[in-house]
Amino acid sequence: MSNITGNEIIHQYLRHNKKFPHVLCAGCGHGIVLGTLIRSIHALGIPKDDVVVVAGIGCSGRLAVYVDFNTVHTTHGRALSFATGIKMSNPKLHVIALMGDGDALSIGGNHLIHAARRNIGVTAMILNNNIYGMTGGQSSPATPEGATTMTNPYGQLDHSFDTVELAKGAGANYVARGTVFHVNRLEKIMMEALERPGFSLVEAITPCHTQFGRKNKYKSPVDMYKWLKSTAIPVERFNELPADKRVDRMPIGVFVDRGKPGYEELYYARQERFLAQAAKGGK
Amino acid sequence: MPRPKKRTEIFALGNEAVVEGALLAGCTFFGGYPITPSSEIMEIMAARLPHMENGVFMQMEDEIASMGAVIGASLTGRKAMTATSGPGFSLMQENLGYAVMAETPMVLVNVMRGGPSTGLPTSPAQGDVQQARWGTHGDHPIIVLSASNVQECLDMTITAFNMAEKYRTPVILLLDEVTSHTREKIELPNEGEYEVFSRTVPSMPPEWYKPYEETVRGVPPMPPIGSGYRFHVTGLTHDRNGFPTQRPEEVVELMERIHRKIDQFFYDIQLVEEIMTDDCDVCVIAYGSVARSAELAVRQARSNGVKAGLLKLMTLFPYPRRQTEKILARAKTLVVPEMNMGQMSREVKRVNMGHAAVRTINRVDGQIVTPSEILKVIMQG
Repeated sequence: MSNITGNEIIHQYLRHNKKFPHVLCAGCGHGIVLGTLIRSIHALGIPKDDVVVVAGIGCSGRLAVYVDFNTVHTTHGRALSFATGIKMSNPKLHVIALMGDGDALSIGGNHLIHAARRNIGVTAMILNNNIYGMTGGQSSPATPEGATTMTNPYGQLDHSFDTVELAKGAGANYVARGTVFHVNRLEKIMMEALERPGFSLVEAITPCHTQFGRKNKYKSPVDMYKWLKSTAIPVERFNELPADKRVDRMPIGVFVDRGKPGYEELYYARQERFLAQAAKGGK
Repeated sequence: MPRPKKRTEIFALGNEAVVEGALLAGCTFFGGYPITPSSEIMEIMAARLPHMENGVFMQMEDEIASMGAVIGASLTGRKAMTATSGPGFSLMQENLGYAVMAETPMVLVNVMRGGPSTGLPTSPAQGDVQQARWGTHGDHPIIVLSASNVQECLDMTITAFNMAEKYRTPVILLLDEVTSHTREKIELPNEGEYEVFSRTVPSMPPEWYKPYEETVRGVPPMPPIGSGYRFHVTGLTHDRNGFPTQRPEEVVELMERIHRKIDQFFYDIQLVEEIMTDDCDVCVIAYGSVARSAELAVRQARSNGVKAGLLKLMTLFPYPRRQTEKILARAKTLVVPEMNMGQMSREVKRVNMGHAAVRTINRVDGQIVTPSEILKVIMQG
């Protein structure tokens, strides 16, 4: 092991001469997710040129600007469709889609379902902060019931979306959830997700105290991290809990690990067969 | 002297000719969502592309995703396309704007059908002309081409790809149902008989490369993603390095460049065919299948002693202003037949500025504009 620190690793992957300081609020968890992603890529030894970060719109969408990979900042909710085109066109690339909860689950919900169904070889990172942050704190599909937002001044009536259950049901190959409080676990999950074939999804719970916490009894970033600490529980332990104890607890860890080959792999294998047949038939 | 190789003749549907043209132009990626009357383009691509080296066909979950996938594919250096009709075209507008802003070459075929909304499925119409020009939000230039017969479907698809690559821009090929569902004999060009243009890739070292740099032609070189040139692509207004900016001087520079790169090449982009316009008193300006009816009407008018001519628009936008102005010097009357309530006649009137009388013929009943209808108006003078 070299003795360089985590920060030194991260600095090798940032675009220092570009758009710093960044746009994120102090106390935001998004930087932690990005740091985790960078360390995972570094640990796996993936060359910068082989990484494509495709981001949607919102606070998470802006992350792509800061990292020195191939980066594509797409339209709201459409990151996975761009990622699909990139991965199919050049399967050698590691394609990572960075999306927020509103981005991925609401406007991009259809793309998420079908990327998972198709099992395209893309790693989807959903940075779930339970709110539309950049647009000013409106409800997202991940806003918990009863929470107060700019578009729900009387409390959220809609049910909250469970990203993990959605991805499982749609057929994703690898589904995991972590939080920015449990950084080491999140990093382990990300490395696994990047290595798995097919569609892998990591939901990273990241606090937004500016738009969510302020209106919902978490006055400071510290309150939000304490909330993460007390709410999240490893899925193995969660499953052993009696039903009444599960309320208000959020399981984290790996939920699905199927190991099916990615769509692009199946597609190109079939194409090779066609080409081989044609070469034989042509003679 | 070696005899020129005989061309292959095929009996093809307009939509089939589009596929032939795309493949000749080097298209290796198709992402789409089924909708009539464009579906055959997708179906034939689905059968052909998996048999070609690196050919990728994707049936996406919707039209928005189709555009996203096509742009993603183009960023990796591929020539990519999609095809749709009316309602699907509306859904594609969001990412079409992205392709304009991020200067991503691609071809979008829209086989028009009656509207608004689900309208008249699989009936001929030309109602998407102004949507093609102004459908996506913001001020933007766009290239819109059309075709009036099956051979042109093939030729104009090749042209569409060439312009997309040459100018780093999305190109729309606007067809109507009559053209795309007509079956007639066409010739496939032999290799070397047609131009195939591919985007310029940077030759400088990666650290010097600026993805949205000002160049003489206004078109910066574009490397495939993953080739060592790491850069940022965004739909936000960006500086020369591709990073978001709100500085007025950088915003204006970008906006002016994306307009200029299209505007200054009007000799290359604005394609028309002129039939008997040299001495015409009455000139018909038409496009798509209506231009075929118009050609017959013009010939009949000539045999009746009326000096009629036809300006067939093959490029709809940027509107071929120069060619129209030339005709204004002699024609007393312009006749603009269309299968809509008058979308292209607006452009004609704008350029005409009162020089000639402009008569419009508009049909929105899902029926074609017949030669006799046009002849009747020509004969009125």
